[in-house]
Amino acid sequence: MTSVAPRTHASAPLEAKPVFDWFFAFAVLLVIGIYIRAIYFTPIEALQGPIQKIYYLHVPAAIAAYVAISLTALASVVYLWLGDDRLDRLAASSAEVGLLFLSIVLTTGPLWAKQQWGTYWAWWDMRLTLTLFLAFVVAAYIVLRDAIEDDAMRRRYSAVLAVLGALLIPFIHLSVYMFQARLHPLPVALKPGQPSMSPEMMWTFFPSMIVFTILCIAFIRARYRIGVLRDIAAHAGDSDAS
Amino acid sequence: MNARRPPGTLASAWLIARKDLAIEFRTRTAFLSALVFSVLAIATFYFTWDTSVVTAADRAPGVLWVVLTFSALLGLQRSFGLEEHDRAIDALLVSPISREAIYLGKAIGNLAFLVAVQVVAIPALALFYDLRLGRAMAIVAGIVVLAMIGIVAIGTLFSAMAVNTRLAELLLPMLSLPFFVPVLLCGAQAASLVFAGRPMAEAWPWLRILVAFDIVFVVACTLAFPFTLEE
Repeated sequence: MTSVAPRTHASAPLEAKPVFDWFFAFAVLLVIGIYIRAIYFTPIEALQGPIQKIYYLHVPAAIAAYVAISLTALASVVYLWLGDDRLDRLAASSAEVGLLFLSIVLTTGPLWAKQQWGTYWAWWDMRLTLTLFLAFVVAAYIVLRDAIEDDAMRRRYSAVLAVLGALLIPFIHLSVYMFQARLHPLPVALKPGQPSMSPEMMWTFFPSMIVFTILCIAFIRARYRIGVLRDIAAHAGDSDAS
Repeated sequence: MNARRPPGTLASAWLIARKDLAIEFRTRTAFLSALVFSVLAIATFYFTWDTSVVTAADRAPGVLWVVLTFSALLGLQRSFGLEEHDRAIDALLVSPISREAIYLGKAIGNLAFLVAVQVVAIPALALFYDLRLGRAMAIVAGIVVLAMIGIVAIGTLFSAMAVNTRLAELLLPMLSLPFFVPVLLCGAQAASLVFAGRPMAEAWPWLRILVAFDIVFVVACTLAFPFTLEE
């Protein structure tokens, strides 16, 4: 009978590294810097008023979420192929960070929508709906990981779920797109980021995306190191018991 | 050496499906509970709307999809739960049957189970909600079968995964429902167009997504299933 389970590599011995290091501090400093700029040195948008400043949190958080979740899907595909534990740890770390950023997106989006559209939630907005279902899949992924005790099984199951989730996204995208097209004309004028921005705003908006991507990487890196610490602790428990 | 060769993938899948259906036919526990649930839900939902504002025929499609989803989850729950007793799954794994065939067999069994439940539930819906059993109903039944293929493809795989977790019954809906979203959305939209008497051309785009979903996920879940088994 052919074995389909990924091989577990006898990888290099796990090495504990500090969770919060210079890179984490650097990312946090960048975030503080970009918000000082966004709050005090970026003009208030004439039509939307102060609520527009939520762009500097909402849009970069969305980009960070997509970076993290793409990383989960990618690491899971490669895990099923190579069976390297490090990939599984990376997938788990970025899924948790992805859910964190998705929560920011799903909180700030409705706050802005209430001001601009007059309603907290609009099902016809594709990005809103897609982000919500994406958050459900990521939440299921995290719950699934917590619900399995066997390490090898948890790695295989969660990788399978992540790969299927990646296949699901285009279908949700397509069906929600058709649903909104039937109900409502495409929201061309309401696209966030579509109204032209002044150069000062651009100089806050684009750097904020870079800053959040760095923050996202710093979070994943820290969470990965926590994962290593957990594995070391679990390993130590095993050898004590035997 | 025994000269008899093990059956091919489809033949062994059929064996597995027949085994599951035979167990179900003898006990009838899951079938009866899914059936009672469906009819009970159809009857209960009747009282959740103001009948003077929304007519029964208008909300029947919504009730149909809700009942379909949750009765499917009831049946799927049992699919691999059945194999946990006495570790029957181990016997399946040592048999000369490919893992893909086990998955397909389980999925075919689940599909047959769901179709059997809907064969009673949909006429019950038509009866209670005063729908006419005409050509539209036949087309809707076809759409329901298309949707069920996708639901069963996903649900069978997740049922195999959920039985091995600590949360078991809780986890299956949490894993499955996000994956049912495109199926339910497309199925419900196509069915509501048919119920409203719109030309079929309007429902085609929805059905195309539904068929694409079925193909992609039957293939993907068949390939993924071996990863969900214990070695």
